[in-house]
Amino acid sequence: MTKDLDELLKQTSEWLRGAGPVSDIVMSSRIRLARNLEKLPFATRATKQSQADVLKLVKEGIAHSPTLKKPLIFEMGELSEVDRQFLVERHLVSREHVIHPDHKAVAIGQGEVISIMINEEDHLRIQVMQSGLNLADAWTVSDTLDDELSEAIPYAYSSDWGYLTCCPTNTGTGMRASVMLHLPALVLTKQINKVLHTITKLGLTARGLYGEGTEASGNFFQISNQVSLGRSEEELIENIERILKEVIHQEQTAREALVTNNRIQLEDRIWRAFGILRHAQTMSSNEALDLLSAVRLGMDLKLMNGLNRSTLNELFIFSQPAHLQKLEGKTLTARERDAKRAQLLRTRLGNHHEKQT
Amino acid sequence: MVCELCKQSQATVHLTEIVNEQMTELHLCESCANQKGTQVESHFGLSDLLSGLADTSKVQEPEEVTVKACPTCGMSYEDFRKVGRLGCSECYPTFKRSLGSLLKRIHGSPIHLGKTPARLVKPAKSKTELAELKKKLERAIEDEEFEEAARLRDQIRRAEQREHS
Ligand SMILES: [Zn+2]
Ligand SMILES: [Zn+2]
Repeated sequence: MTKDLDELLKQTSEWLRGAGPVSDIVMSSRIRLARNLEKLPFATRATKQSQADVLKLVKEGIAHSPTLKKPLIFEMGELSEVDRQFLVERHLVSREHVIHPDHKAVAIGQGEVISIMINEEDHLRIQVMQSGLNLADAWTVSDTLDDELSEAIPYAYSSDWGYLTCCPTNTGTGMRASVMLHLPALVLTKQINKVLHTITKLGLTARGLYGEGTEASGNFFQISNQVSLGRSEEELIENIERILKEVIHQEQTAREALVTNNRIQLEDRIWRAFGILRHAQTMSSNEALDLLSAVRLGMDLKLMNGLNRSTLNELFIFSQPAHLQKLEGKTLTARERDAKRAQLLRTRLGNHHEKQT
Repeated sequence: MVCELCKQSQATVHLTEIVNEQMTELHLCESCANQKGTQVESHFGLSDLLSGLADTSKVQEPEEVTVKACPTCGMSYEDFRKVGRLGCSECYPTFKRSLGSLLKRIHGSPIHLGKTPARLVKPAKSKTELAELKKKLERAIEDEEFEEAARLRDQIRRAEQREHS
């Protein structure tokens, strides 16, 4: 089973490809649907038996889905701690899913576009991830997959309140549409707080790279809808896209202003970051994220060449603790990880990169 | 911006919730947010909402809040208030009234306008969908939810156009 998990290490997740619309600013788009089975107790009241029933019914449902072909299915309790963390770092499961791993499972589709968490807070958390600004495609895939599953799985649903979820903040569509944005110029020009403030006033939530309660490291911000009831899925997506367009525009304007007014300082920052990444012998995960963010900005502004976006995107994930340990094939102490991280970055960024004139 | 809890570190986690139709915000540093646990997002607003409900219902506690427990999972509304999570799908009809007003406070509207499970719409998708929307429109007008009603009217128009095309 763990052998299958190691296969993931060799492939690039679809959402890290760095392709798709506005991929210089938008890293990825994700649709998540919360679904529960009728009559069976939610996580708060679940028993071993009820969770086993959920797992069995969902697995049968998945077997009937033409959209989720030959998924890899892992039972969280059977994985090592590093393997579980590895799935969190790849955004295939939530942090909550690994805290109490017993009776929980995840089904992962080809290219890591689809993942279904089983027995999380809700019986099913269906997730579809796409590269770039692409909520519409992510919604189409998740909508189809959800229809297929609903043929086989008796969902808890009421015509008044929609899909019934464990937490009333998810009731209705059960949908969370979120987009991962890279906003270094808004951070550098100190406009980010104002922008996030406005976003939250418009009914959206902003969080860090790894979701709830995480710091926005590497200048990555995850923005999602707050409300899930009283609007259709399409309306919710239209609303978030409209606001996102504005945020993207502001980041673009800030980037242009930096290039026009502070080009030397900006280039200095970017090339110093690159220099450290190329030569450091030990590096913390936060330092790596910040330096990689600067280099990604340099590449996106074409101040540097010879780098590609998918390599950089992957480094954000591969420099995380569990990925380093998977690459090394054994558990590492924090100090060993810092050395391994620096080595990985030196190697992967090792090719020659000329300053563009 | 400084963290609102420890008043020392830089606030990097920003949360917004709707309480009594008002947006409130909480700005925390990472360690304070982590201490609050991964449930910080949904719990912060929810416990406020729930205590808000407790205040208004003191005068006239609705019957279902004090007496009823869910027949399927045994959860009472009091239990729900403590954990902020429901016990099973049957809790919803059991606590229909209290949950209805809570959902309205959280989402601004208690009426589902999203998709329906494929299994339930199969026979005559557009017809049942249209009837469903019309029922909702009546309800919205009765509840004087005029914004809601306007949106529903648009949806009905679109659904009718789809049928005729
Ligand atoms: Zn603090
Ligand atoms: Zn119940």
